[in-house]
Amino acid sequence: MLLAHPQTASRPWRWSLSLERALPKLVLAPSLLLALVCIYGYMAWTGYISFTSSSFLPNYEFTGAGQYLRLLENDRWLVACKNLALFGVLFIGISLLLGVFIAILLDQQIRAEGALRTIYLYPMAISFIVTGTAWKWILNPSLGLEKLAHDLGWSSFTFDWLTNPDKAIYTLIIAAVWQSSGFVMAMFLAGLRGIDASIIKAAQLDGASKPRIYLRIVLPCLRPVFFSAIMVLSHIAIKSFDLVTALTAGGPGYSTDLPALFMYAHAFTRGQIGLGAASAMMMLAGVLAILVPYLYSELRGKRHA
Amino acid sequence: MRNPALHHAKLPTVTLGRLFIYASLIAMAALYLMPLWVVLLTSFKTTADIRTGNLLSLPDVWVLDGWLKAWSSACTGVSCNGISGYFINSSVMVLPAVAISTLLGALNGYVLSMWRFKGSELLFGLLLFGCFIPFQVILLPMAQTLGWLGIANTTAGLVLVHVIYGLCFTTLFFRNYYQALPGEIIKAARLDGAGFFTIFWRIVLPLSRPIIMVTVIWQFTAIWNDFLFGVVFSAGDNQPMTVALNNLVNTTTGAKEYNVDMAAAVLAALPTLLVYFVAGKYFVRGLTAGAIKG
Repeated sequence: MLLAHPQTASRPWRWSLSLERALPKLVLAPSLLLALVCIYGYMAWTGYISFTSSSFLPNYEFTGAGQYLRLLENDRWLVACKNLALFGVLFIGISLLLGVFIAILLDQQIRAEGALRTIYLYPMAISFIVTGTAWKWILNPSLGLEKLAHDLGWSSFTFDWLTNPDKAIYTLIIAAVWQSSGFVMAMFLAGLRGIDASIIKAAQLDGASKPRIYLRIVLPCLRPVFFSAIMVLSHIAIKSFDLVTALTAGGPGYSTDLPALFMYAHAFTRGQIGLGAASAMMMLAGVLAILVPYLYSELRGKRHA
Repeated sequence: MRNPALHHAKLPTVTLGRLFIYASLIAMAALYLMPLWVVLLTSFKTTADIRTGNLLSLPDVWVLDGWLKAWSSACTGVSCNGISGYFINSSVMVLPAVAISTLLGALNGYVLSMWRFKGSELLFGLLLFGCFIPFQVILLPMAQTLGWLGIANTTAGLVLVHVIYGLCFTTLFFRNYYQALPGEIIKAARLDGAGFFTIFWRIVLPLSRPIIMVTVIWQFTAIWNDFLFGVVFSAGDNQPMTVALNNLVNTTTGAKEYNVDMAAAVLAALPTLLVYFVAGKYFVRGLTAGAIKG
């Protein structure tokens, strides 16, 4: 609508005027077109490949939903999905609890708040590969935490989660929470700073205790922040690939496999492109299942506001 | 709180509560710092020292062996030239990728907020979706395309991929920032006869310093830390730092040298950590902007 140019230009100017008018679109077109093709075109391509029997090379002959059926019968895929559910729930839950807790404590007029905030958030600036490398060393079954506990006098302490197929998934959760809970803290701290202080003062004058005020009044006000944080964290969980590669590489066996790792392994190292494409489409479906309700409620909220 | 009576009456509980708050905050800070501390300590130990000491014990002698080996002679897969080459690869990749995606994002955001046309909001919405997709759905066709273009397994190919998928975020950042600028400035400039690029260079760009900082830092962190694109679209000597680090740590030949692993990990984390400690304000702003708006 800002384009409504005054139509007063005289004839010789017309050509340059129409060029001027097309200029914004001309500037936008190349990069936007490229991005849209590489998002939607490629998504469609992957979708189509998931309906073929492609193995080492793409094969464009349509063969139906066979890859999806194979996926559902694939034990490794089912383990990966189960792991993602467990990892997602615990990672999101613990990160939220920890992040909210720290944010509330930091909101109590703390000295050196800036320095503390910097400490809680620095893991977010680091690559998941570095995080995985560091925690792999810390959780090392013989030389890591176990040795530390022994040296401190707790000689019966054993810690073998990294090599224990039933426990290895929890090492992923520990490392992921360490990396991402500071981010939750930052989001909630920003939310807390946006809350009208007079509400809290009024409740305080009514004799309500601090924890009660936060539980009953402040946190319910931060509902949108909860939703955003859950959105971002579930997104991190579904895409989790680097961390599991560096920390456990899916092992022992495939006990810590995740969908992203499954997709990479089948599409790029095991020569099962069709199955890999099907698993990628399932991941997309997972993201959409979270994204669509979120966007819907966001848009509805805006319209009603 | 200014009411002296109220303040006085609650004084004892308040101090105890504050003690608890400070104790918790400091304990948590120690927990968050612990991995970095352990990694740094380990990187300065000798391999013998690592076996006799523990995670938190100080090195008997502080040595640089781990660092030197990590930089110039550690084995990453087949080659044993340390990680220096990969560190350079990442640097060569990140600079053009950040610069191009930021510039294009600024131009896109400028058009999508100040030169809107019919359908431009839809285009923006479509682009925004790119921030959310799991990249697994584009890996296979992108690998194919890079092959066709003859830039498979090259740094140029990686730059292209990072620019394309970075555009979603950079456009979002700039578009939202420009949306909040007062429209009068542009209208006045246009009435004065200023054209598309004049307004961009002379008026809009000089006002964009904060959002350029946010975008550059966001892109730098995302691209430097990326592993998925690196491992899929590059091979051998062209791999970025994160892929090399993973290869180094998971190379199974010979005795494990944790000091070398840890030194390499610190080197891989150094650039983004530096940026974070110098310009953390913008980093946080990018995170929350990307999260809340995106």
